[in-house]
Amino acid sequence: MSVRVGQAAQAPSYPDAAKDAVMNPQLRRNVKHATTVIRNKRARVVGEMPDWQQLRDAAQLIKEHTLRYLEEYLLQFEKACTLAGGTVHWARDADEANQIVADIVRSHGASEVIKVKTMTTDEIQLNPALEAAGISPIETDLADLIVQLGEDKPSHIVVPALHRNKAEIREIFLKKMKLNELGDTAEALTAAARTYLREKFLRVKLAISGANFVIAETGAVCVVESEGNGRMCVSLPEVLVSVVGIEKVIPTLRDLEVFLQLLPRSATGERMNPYNSLWTGVTPGDGPQEFHVVLLDNGRTQILADEASRETLDCIRCGACLNACPVYRQTGGHAYGSIYAGPIGAILTPQLQSMEHSQSLPYASSLCGACYEVCPVKINIPEILIHLRGKLVEGGQAPLSERAGMKAAAWALSDSRNLGIAQIFARIAQKPFEKDGVLRNLPGILAGWSSVRDLPAIPDESFREWWKKRERR
Amino acid sequence: MLISLFITCYNDTLFPDTGKAVVTVLERLGHTVEFRAEQTCCGQMHYNTGYQKEAVPMMQHFLKIFRSAETICIPSASCVAMIREYYPLLAERTGDRAVMKQVQDILPRIFEFSELLVKKLGLTDVGAYYPHAVTLHSSCHSLRSLQVGDGPARLLKSVRGLTVAELEQSDQCCGFGGTFSVKNPDVSAAMVADKSRCILNTGAEVCTALDNSCLMQIGGSLSRQRAGVRTLHLAEILASTESGDRG
Repeated sequence: MSVRVGQAAQAPSYPDAAKDAVMNPQLRRNVKHATTVIRNKRARVVGEMPDWQQLRDAAQLIKEHTLRYLEEYLLQFEKACTLAGGTVHWARDADEANQIVADIVRSHGASEVIKVKTMTTDEIQLNPALEAAGISPIETDLADLIVQLGEDKPSHIVVPALHRNKAEIREIFLKKMKLNELGDTAEALTAAARTYLREKFLRVKLAISGANFVIAETGAVCVVESEGNGRMCVSLPEVLVSVVGIEKVIPTLRDLEVFLQLLPRSATGERMNPYNSLWTGVTPGDGPQEFHVVLLDNGRTQILADEASRETLDCIRCGACLNACPVYRQTGGHAYGSIYAGPIGAILTPQLQSMEHSQSLPYASSLCGACYEVCPVKINIPEILIHLRGKLVEGGQAPLSERAGMKAAAWALSDSRNLGIAQIFARIAQKPFEKDGVLRNLPGILAGWSSVRDLPAIPDESFREWWKKRERR
Repeated sequence: MLISLFITCYNDTLFPDTGKAVVTVLERLGHTVEFRAEQTCCGQMHYNTGYQKEAVPMMQHFLKIFRSAETICIPSASCVAMIREYYPLLAERTGDRAVMKQVQDILPRIFEFSELLVKKLGLTDVGAYYPHAVTLHSSCHSLRSLQVGDGPARLLKSVRGLTVAELEQSDQCCGFGGTFSVKNPDVSAAMVADKSRCILNTGAEVCTALDNSCLMQIGGSLSRQRAGVRTLHLAEILASTESGDRG
């Protein structure tokens, strides 16, 4: 079984990629600006909800319950969706899912598809797979379109082009839409995108979407969005294929009440999404007349099997943790080497694919807890990061020098006499690096510290030595 | 009250003045401080870096040393967070019910230094005098794990001569994060650059906090910039008096 997450397998480690990101002033300005705007909006609309914490608790309970009975709910969904005229496919991994989608497109002899709101198809790299089969995918979500035309990668779960500013977007549109002139206001850019996309919506007969939720009880699929392009995609074409991670199922329509309050407020700081599309199978004479759902595993059942990190699957992809994360805010999403960036990406990516390709990700966090605080479904991300770090260390994947250092430290800290000896040793060892009470140009792993900061020199007397003297007096 | 001090390994080694200041404040308030010399470390660095197995004996050592202590004072919010949040999980890993019970028994007796003053002793004025402009960095563990609220700010406001300079974006991490600071030096430096900018904007002479770990990060960056602002643990500010009997 091959499991992959975007381009993660070939990506450089987070610290290496982050080095380039933090040295890019335009990127940092764009990311900081965008995340600050969304954070502030979120804080405002969350602040007006007296029952926000109860909603979070409810969402967590619904997700926990659903995951416990995932198989039953998925089968219930399949039955209901099929009854309503939909076709449900099961995909074990990326290759299977891509094959299923390509076969559906080919069966209609189509050479183009329009796409909307689907991170899951980025996860399985559907676009390159379609292109290889001679099919052109056209992204219709505005930000995804910017990313696609810019031959770029998404850098945020909700706002994939957040690393771009208006001037950069204008450049891309001018070049790729073959325009002679274009203003630089948001209105001008949106109008250009609208003209470009409207033609595709009216012409292309086959669409691919993701889903925010699928409902076991009724077999319905739900997509929420801000632009209306999603609504066009799921209603205008003749054929619709929705690619859905198996964790997106919720038991009943009623459960949407909780999530549709939490999701827009957490994601974009809106009280409600401008467009909430909900459809069930096929309705004669209205909307797509052929409807497929591809239920995707791609490593999710492996996560489900790990009790300590299972709640990773509770994620509703709101992106609040990215906007809150002081680490993400410095680098943006590309440094994570996966379409799932930020704190949720740091726990999701290493679990969705073989850990060896992304072992730096669980360490790409200062464990400040801001992600856990804003998470609408209360995923304890810091705890899962630590759990994944533990798995890496247990699996012998930590660097040798680190393991040796930790072993030495464990010896020193196991007993107060050892600690006393280590303190004396450290005081002597620091001498070559000490000047005016601070340490600079330290060797080994400590170079990471002293390359950018001073370290106070270890004083001549430890607290325990001072106390011993004091007691003697 | 007899108060047992858990100094923590890094304060013991790098910041002994903080420990001396805790002793000064508590004795000035009429309490007796004891220091159990066999103590070492809470195990946080090992635990957070993925060496949970190595952290178990450190937890067991801590439990052994402090089992009989009535009130335990720890001048480090992150070490308190380690004990409160992760000792129960670590104890569960051992599968030993006796250890799990020891952890549950000891938790109510553990206080971070400012918690001890404000929550346990009900004090905000500890008779300190410190005629400087000071800004308070709310460390992530004190803010989100311990949820100390406005306790530290109230302690500062009661210090005679002291001007509190409000810090913008005070809920933002300084970028220390333990081994994060050496594993991700560039991002860590970028984070502390933002923090430094906010601190310098306050015009304060001193930046204080409940954690010397954050202060080591912030201070190390300010020192490298020759910014002319120093860092000082809250205990050291509270230990200062008109007669200058600090430490």
